[in-house]
Amino acid sequence: MMKDAWSRIMALIERDLRRFRRSPTLMVVSMVFPLIQLVVLGYAFGGKIKNLNLGVVDQDYREPAVRLKGMLNAVAANARTFKPIPYYDQRRAMRDLRDGKIDGVVNIPPDFSRYVLSGADPRVGLIVDNTDQFSSSALTASLTELLQAYHAKRPPPRRSHVATLAVVEVYPYVPYIQFLLPGTIVLAIFVSCMIGGGIIYIDDKARGLHEGYLVTPLTKFDLIMGFNLAGAIKAILSGLVLVTIGSLIAGIPNPLAPLRLVRMLALVALTALALVSMMFLIMVRVSDPLVPRAIFGVLNTVLFFPSGAVYPINAFPAWMKIITVIDPFTYAVDGFKSLVLKNTGLAAISGDMFFLGIFTLLAMAAATRLFKRDL
Amino acid sequence: MAVSASLSFPRPDYAVEAEELTKVFGDFVAVDRLSFTVGHGEVFGLLGPNGAGKSTLIRMLTTLVPPTSGRGRIVGRDVVASAKEVRRSIGVIPQAMTSDLDLSAVENMSIFAKLYNIPRDRRRKIIARLLEAVDLAQWADKPVKMFSGGMRRRLEIARGLVNQPKVFFLDEPTTGLDPVSRVSVWEMLARLKKEADLTIIMTTHYMDEADKLCDRIAIVDHGKLVALDSPLKLKASVPGRNVIEVSFSKVPDGWTDVLESLPEVAEVRAEDNVFRIASHNGSRTTVALMDAARSVDVAIASLSVQSTTLDDVFVHYTGRQLRDALQAPSASESRFLMRRE
Ligand SMILES: Nc1ncnc2c1ncn2[C@@H]1O[C@H](COP(=O)(O)OP(=O)(O)OP(=O)(O)O)[C@@H](O)[C@H]1O
Ligand SMILES: [Mg+2]
Repeated sequence: MMKDAWSRIMALIERDLRRFRRSPTLMVVSMVFPLIQLVVLGYAFGGKIKNLNLGVVDQDYREPAVRLKGMLNAVAANARTFKPIPYYDQRRAMRDLRDGKIDGVVNIPPDFSRYVLSGADPRVGLIVDNTDQFSSSALTASLTELLQAYHAKRPPPRRSHVATLAVVEVYPYVPYIQFLLPGTIVLAIFVSCMIGGGIIYIDDKARGLHEGYLVTPLTKFDLIMGFNLAGAIKAILSGLVLVTIGSLIAGIPNPLAPLRLVRMLALVALTALALVSMMFLIMVRVSDPLVPRAIFGVLNTVLFFPSGAVYPINAFPAWMKIITVIDPFTYAVDGFKSLVLKNTGLAAISGDMFFLGIFTLLAMAAATRLFKRDL
Repeated sequence: MAVSASLSFPRPDYAVEAEELTKVFGDFVAVDRLSFTVGHGEVFGLLGPNGAGKSTLIRMLTTLVPPTSGRGRIVGRDVVASAKEVRRSIGVIPQAMTSDLDLSAVENMSIFAKLYNIPRDRRRKIIARLLEAVDLAQWADKPVKMFSGGMRRRLEIARGLVNQPKVFFLDEPTTGLDPVSRVSVWEMLARLKKEADLTIIMTTHYMDEADKLCDRIAIVDHGKLVALDSPLKLKASVPGRNVIEVSFSKVPDGWTDVLESLPEVAEVRAEDNVFRIASHNGSRTTVALMDAARSVDVAIASLSVQSTTLDDVFVHYTGRQLRDALQAPSASESRFLMRRE
């Protein structure tokens, strides 16, 4: 009896995989789209900000001020975070800042040198265009560093009890594109589920293909198992493609080490099952082919971004953290971060795997209740 | 246990029984207390205008839609209580074409055969034999998306027979096919019926098709059974044996009354300038008609005498040929746009 059920399920899977082989366009898209996102986002956000226009208004002109301007020019020549542009009129500089011609203004006040020479704390003003947070933070950080260096060149300070922080980095430097890779793997699995379990599934239903199946002896259990396993297999395939090609693109060390691949396969499979069952639950009562297409973008945004795939979770507001907690992406991304960036074993991510397993079971149970074996 | 039960199960009197079958969608009655029986080996036709409830009736009998009330039995088994057994004993060709376009003919059939757990050797033999029967053997390994509509339909017919069903349901098997493909589907069905002891229930909008293939025809309108008999008897049941279609150079006052008073006339219907006269004897009425026209100096513009066709039967029982009324879009048309379940 069980054997009969199993061969019926296998027939459903066989059909899906044969179709996949014949017209793989949609599924190829599900792999290419995340790869493109990886490369574009990785390079768009990963790079250092350069060549900001910094207006410099010197109202002092004496030696300490000239020395400061010399250091500004040195930064401009080396790190190239900004280009200093001299202004003689502070109001003019402010107007250009407002008009967006420059990104910030450094104001060296008339009494700057007097403060420096008398050993008091001199003040330098920085006015930034804070509509662009990334640029203004880069300017602020760069100038803060520069002023620290400037002070360091002064005679040793009388106060020497300033606390300093010694930072030890546990892992080698992680470029942003590598930080993105775990999310991209999960995204590829998701897009595959979305297409296989969402769009194609509902199209088949709408075209009446399911009507053809429902008059055969397939049981409810057979149908659910067949559809979900077939979807999971396709999602695993695209996950594995991303694991290998994505790791190569992002420059992960030893991307093809066998043990590493085995661990990845385990997590890819579990993630695929969780996302397929989630998709099945969402689509179980849908019959309008527009629905999966319409919610594609929404789901992608709601699941992908709160998961910590592109920005650390700790920065999220409380309401978003609620999504984060129930979002299977979060656990999959966390697991892949551990495997990809830290090369840990599966024991380190047992919590993530446990959540994904439970999530799969709950989603399948709910979908099974809602699934109707008639029209 | 299951085997001995089915062995001791006496062959029921009917292949298909519908007892007061009813389906209500919301407050719309799609099928209204339909009752009929279909004998073993019979070809039973369902006729009716769009939205009459034919597909819904078939869906209830094929376990796809649970009836709101009433009972359906296939070879003695209840379609709700014994849905599993019923599914094993029926083949169904839904109204929409449901082959997998990316797969080949053989693959399509093979996957269905596997869904019925047919062992490999038998599977191969059955598929080869059926593809031969529907004249698709030479295209067996070609993807279905290269098939014409007629070829696809024939493949679906073969697919529906893969489990060697006792009752075969076909919902508009020839809609959308060109005349040649239609005839080839008819021939196939006629052959299959002769070879296997197959009971066929089919819906159609083509009267010639029903006339040719069906042993009995049920005419359904608004979910109700309005007529049920053999094509011959149905034709005999409408007024007149012949229909005279005639138009005149001019129509004098009270002309319809004159026509009705002609010998053997059963009924006169006027549409614009064209009169349709049902007559028990076409030639007698025609001769009298020409005399009557000449006597009042009316010229006959056109005239034709036909035997009653099923079209006349259909129009007689359902009122008119086209039914344009606003209603929920029918499941078949709207399937790809929207369907709430
Ligand atoms: N799932 C459904 N929900 C609501 N109404 C439905 C549903 N399925 C069918 N109907 C309605 O029931 C009526 C009968 O539909 P059905 O498809 O049985 O007609 P039909 O006789 O097969 O018509 P056609 O010749 O166009 O195929 C139609 O008015 C249709 O809108
Ligand atoms: Mg129909």
